[in-house]
Amino acid sequence: MRWLGHAPYFATIVLMMVGLYIVIARENLVKKMMGLNIFQVSVIMFYVAMGNVDGGTAPILVASEAVAVAEPVVASEAVAVAEPVVASEAVVVSEPAPESAGPAREGAESAVAADRDDARTTASPTPSVASGLRPAAGVVYSNPLPHVLMLTAIVVGVATTALGLSFIVRIYEDYGEVEEDAIAQAERSAEHVA
Amino acid sequence: VTGDLLILQIVVPLLSAPICLLLRPIARYVAIAAGIATFAIAWAILGEVIASGAPLSYELGGFARQYGIEYRVDYANAFVILIVSAIGAIVLPAAPGMVDHQILPGREYLFFAAFLLCLAGLLGVAITGDAFNVFVFLEISSLSAYILISLGDGRRALLAAFSYLVMGTIGGTFVLIGIGFMYQLTGTLNMAELSVLLPSVQGERTALMAFAFLTVGIAIKLAVFPLHQWLPSAYAQAPTVVTAFLAATATKVAYYLLLRVTFTLFGATFAFGVLHLEALLLPVSLAAMFTGSIAAIYQTDLKRLLAYSSIAQIGYMTLGLSLVRVVDGTSGAALSGVDGLTGGIVHLFNHAVIKGGLFLLVLCIVERLRSTRIVDLRGLGRRMPITMGAFVIAGLSLVGVPGTAGFVSKWYLVLGALEQGSIVIAALILLSSLLALIYVWRIVEVAYFQVADGETATAAGTGWREARPSALIPACTLVAATVYFGLFTDLSVGMARRAAMWLMVGHI
Repeated sequence: MRWLGHAPYFATIVLMMVGLYIVIARENLVKKMMGLNIFQVSVIMFYVAMGNVDGGTAPILVASEAVAVAEPVVASEAVAVAEPVVASEAVVVSEPAPESAGPAREGAESAVAADRDDARTTASPTPSVASGLRPAAGVVYSNPLPHVLMLTAIVVGVATTALGLSFIVRIYEDYGEVEEDAIAQAERSAEHVA
Repeated sequence: VTGDLLILQIVVPLLSAPICLLLRPIARYVAIAAGIATFAIAWAILGEVIASGAPLSYELGGFARQYGIEYRVDYANAFVILIVSAIGAIVLPAAPGMVDHQILPGREYLFFAAFLLCLAGLLGVAITGDAFNVFVFLEISSLSAYILISLGDGRRALLAAFSYLVMGTIGGTFVLIGIGFMYQLTGTLNMAELSVLLPSVQGERTALMAFAFLTVGIAIKLAVFPLHQWLPSAYAQAPTVVTAFLAATATKVAYYLLLRVTFTLFGATFAFGVLHLEALLLPVSLAAMFTGSIAAIYQTDLKRLLAYSSIAQIGYMTLGLSLVRVVDGTSGAALSGVDGLTGGIVHLFNHAVIKGGLFLLVLCIVERLRSTRIVDLRGLGRRMPITMGAFVIAGLSLVGVPGTAGFVSKWYLVLGALEQGSIVIAALILLSSLLALIYVWRIVEVAYFQVADGETATAAGTGWREARPSALIPACTLVAATVYFGLFTDLSVGMARRAAMWLMVGHI
């Protein structure tokens, strides 16, 4: 069932090819733009899958602030008792769970990448130390960096789509068409007149 | 202080863009001032790099480079930043004259804002030492370039901008995928760290995929031969000022990025020793040199002719890269081909000066004729003697006549070809230069040896009127520079050789 772990990557490839095919094959400019969007979205999926860590949760501090600041050592216990949700997550993580492993992990084929990801996400208390917080013991976070990168990529994608669509609006105003072959026809006849 | 220079290089044009929006009536002066300030900063950075002999570094927000973004300047990008900002500073003063009669009245400030964003994006690609930051700046420059191109005369400019947007976005997304693979493999986005980590995992298939996506994505932005279809329409339909700026900078920055990926990130032993990049790049470059020049010969539109010529000239630049070889020396694998790479990099510089000058001269012609059809140039040699005289000099530089900048770059490319023992490549460089002579001669013939309709031989010479100085002076400055850099090569070849050495062996 190893291939199942690659599912997000297969989905990425399928989306990418679907998007690229639409961009190339469709004559309608709006559909081209939609194809371009699907193509860009596939990359977002790729990055997010890459950032996933086995059993990792969202990279948000799990310990409650008040308790953590007061007594860091007791904090994780106190939280575990007070909030069963967090506790159960911690237990799940501490168990070795080969079958229910997160899909993206196996996809990261390089041992180098896996090692570095682990080191970064599990043993990096840097952000919490700054604010006097410590993450609850045993909580594994997904790698937040790809998510942050994708926020930027989404902004770029939105800007590109907005600009492309506004070009299409202007093209429609000038030609009365959004089909490529009809526009080319209009260009040819305009040239003929000139 | 030196670190502050690096961040100012980006902040000045980037922040001047919103200032243009706030100070609408004086937006043009803000833009011109920002362009000149940017050039002054680039000049100072170049001086610092040469003086210190080591890369300058600036960590944004004080975050260590493992976590944050680092700007890093060595010989290679100091040179690129200099030429990009120089072209920006020279082209911007020529813009107001064109803007007055092409952009909707009252909307000029948007043009200048987009222009400055494009400048900031191009400089950002060159200056940053962070792989993801490259993508962000690449898209900033591309998005503003689409806007600038769409402002051209007539509805075809919109089509050209749209198809460039589609191609450019595919290219940019390919680069993004390549960066993702690199990150997956190494866990870092910092280029200096990548250059250490990537060679140790170069056997991985992920590394191959990263390199493939990055090179193809950059090749689209660079308009390497089979991926060049967006370029002629975009350059022909864009406002001429924009064409002058983009033709001289956008593809140059993409070429720099290709060098950076090949040499710094993956290492030349991987790119040339394992993958044999030259086996792909050499035929593609030669094809670009010949198809670009031959297509240029048959054009009826002056801007489109020069655009096809640009495709051929990009071929010369990539040819320089494809002349690098890995050779087995006494102490392990070594690289050869410094002359060829120097030729490629110095052509980056020289072609920026030449094409920037030529398109600015087209701007002068457009201002007078309101046309870029070659037949309309008849008799122009007598009516606009300074413009056409400068055009001839820049054209000869494009051909590569001795005493002009074009000769210098072709000299080093031929040296590089001979260093690899290939007389055939050297001969092909000379042959394609003859093709350039044909299309330059076509314009000279029409302008000097044909008579315009309604202009009799006796009346010829009357109606002498040049374009306004705001367009003519920048154009002539660049043409004078092509002659200067043909005679005095300390700056151009000196920096190109340092950059080539730095990229290939890591020291001067």
